[in-house]
Amino acid sequence: MSSLRGKVAIVGAADTRVGKLPEFSATQLCVDAALRALADAGIGKDQVDGLVTCNSMAEPHMYHAEMIAEYLQIFPRYCMTASAGGGTAFAVLQHAASAIVTGVCDTVVVSMADSLRTGLTREQAMVMQSSAGHQQFETPFGPTVPAFYALIAQAHMAAYGTTPEQLAAVAVACRKHAARNPTAQMREPISVDDVLESRLIADPLHLLDCSLVSDGGSAIVLTSADRAGDFPHDPVYLLGVGEGHGHEHISQARSLTTSAAVDAGRRAYDMAGLQAKDIDVAGIYDCFTPVVLVELEDLGFCEKGEAGAFVADGGLDLDGSLPTNTHGGLMSHCHPGNPGSMYHLTECVAQLRRQAGDRQVADAEVALVHAQGGVMSSHCTLILGREV
Amino acid sequence: MGAHDGKFLPRPTPETEIFWLGCRNNQLMIQRCTACGHHQFYPRMLCTECASAQVDWVQASGRGTVKSFTIVRRPVTEAYAAETPYVIALIELDEGPTLMSNVTACDVEKVHIGMPVTVSFEAWSDDITMPLFRPAT
Ligand SMILES: [Zn+2]
Repeated sequence: MSSLRGKVAIVGAADTRVGKLPEFSATQLCVDAALRALADAGIGKDQVDGLVTCNSMAEPHMYHAEMIAEYLQIFPRYCMTASAGGGTAFAVLQHAASAIVTGVCDTVVVSMADSLRTGLTREQAMVMQSSAGHQQFETPFGPTVPAFYALIAQAHMAAYGTTPEQLAAVAVACRKHAARNPTAQMREPISVDDVLESRLIADPLHLLDCSLVSDGGSAIVLTSADRAGDFPHDPVYLLGVGEGHGHEHISQARSLTTSAAVDAGRRAYDMAGLQAKDIDVAGIYDCFTPVVLVELEDLGFCEKGEAGAFVADGGLDLDGSLPTNTHGGLMSHCHPGNPGSMYHLTECVAQLRRQAGDRQVADAEVALVHAQGGVMSSHCTLILGREV
Repeated sequence: MGAHDGKFLPRPTPETEIFWLGCRNNQLMIQRCTACGHHQFYPRMLCTECASAQVDWVQASGRGTVKSFTIVRRPVTEAYAAETPYVIALIELDEGPTLMSNVTACDVEKVHIGMPVTVSFEAWSDDITMPLFRPAT
């Protein structure tokens, strides 16, 4: 069976400004991200024949990708709006790569943006995001998004003795990275005590266990490996990709402490012919601190139940065994909703291009990025490398 | 103004009507496969275990345990502010299926994983009665 391994490469990657951007609509951010990624790739919009976007909550559109193509006045052969929550950004790479390999199109822009911070009121953003719950059997009871993830945290704590301090260590590690990233939204260093002393939102999650709410966009340009040498920057090859889908509603989860990240990771490792120990730098979806712990375990970076200690011992730091979310993650860089995982991707591209400045992981050759959407529902793992 | 005005009330469908009718009669109805005996929730047109279409409604015991929970300190909307802090829990029924609910009628700080609970019913509107859980006595 043929595989996508080494067949496509990321040749352009860029983020918009992030944070509070009332002067831009979500549509503009999506277009801005695409234009920046094209500039990074050194090509014009007329060279794009594939476009993938995700819908916006602040400015939803029934045919989102088509609307962006029309705005740009490009006329792609392949045009798709993806929807898998936080897992969207990565999962589309599997589809876009397949389209390139099968000759459907040559050059795909994946551009995602939203304005959760200024395009929606706080209440609108909360209601919009918690509407992922089951209309009849979850939502009426009043769960918030943090509450959904708190159910994961409590189960992990009960099963493995994970502590609130260990959860907090995830937020601390992300903030430490963000302090080195001038584009991050929150850069003031924080301590475990700061996290534990922040307001309880849904036990055991404190305010600082939760990711940011932001405006922003991010985009990449994907093309075939054969053409990847024709662009200004070092290409970043797709070595492995895998998805795993366990449930949609958290009340239907087969396990609260082990997710379909196991399946996504195994499929990506198998395609790449690599293992967890081969990964130099990672982007691990961090909408809430417990998610990082479950994913680290499910992706094989530590044994089940040991991620709390792994993180508390500095495992995610720049000099740790798995430098993770070196841009600051959703915790401290930005989180505009569905596009959130794109920044983990563009950061790993920067790391593999050796363009990450003060936060560069020395000699980074292979990166793993993982995202999930829903409530630990849909997972996608990507493995990227400098060499095929 | 009733105490539950503005909450996200469930909109029953033909597939779930019997469940909500059960709640109005203070009965927790779940499905049981007549082919393999598997219990399931939420209601479906097939048995998720053996794919048989022969799924029947049965009244559950209403007993279960807290599989996980959280105490919501910041309500999802103003309509839920009056009972904040409130408990969101996943309840594993004795019959097997898991469902989400609130654990009420006890100090929120006393709720814990493994806690035995039992169903109770609360009318939130003329049409909708919700299945809630409280500590088993
Ligand atoms: Zn059956």
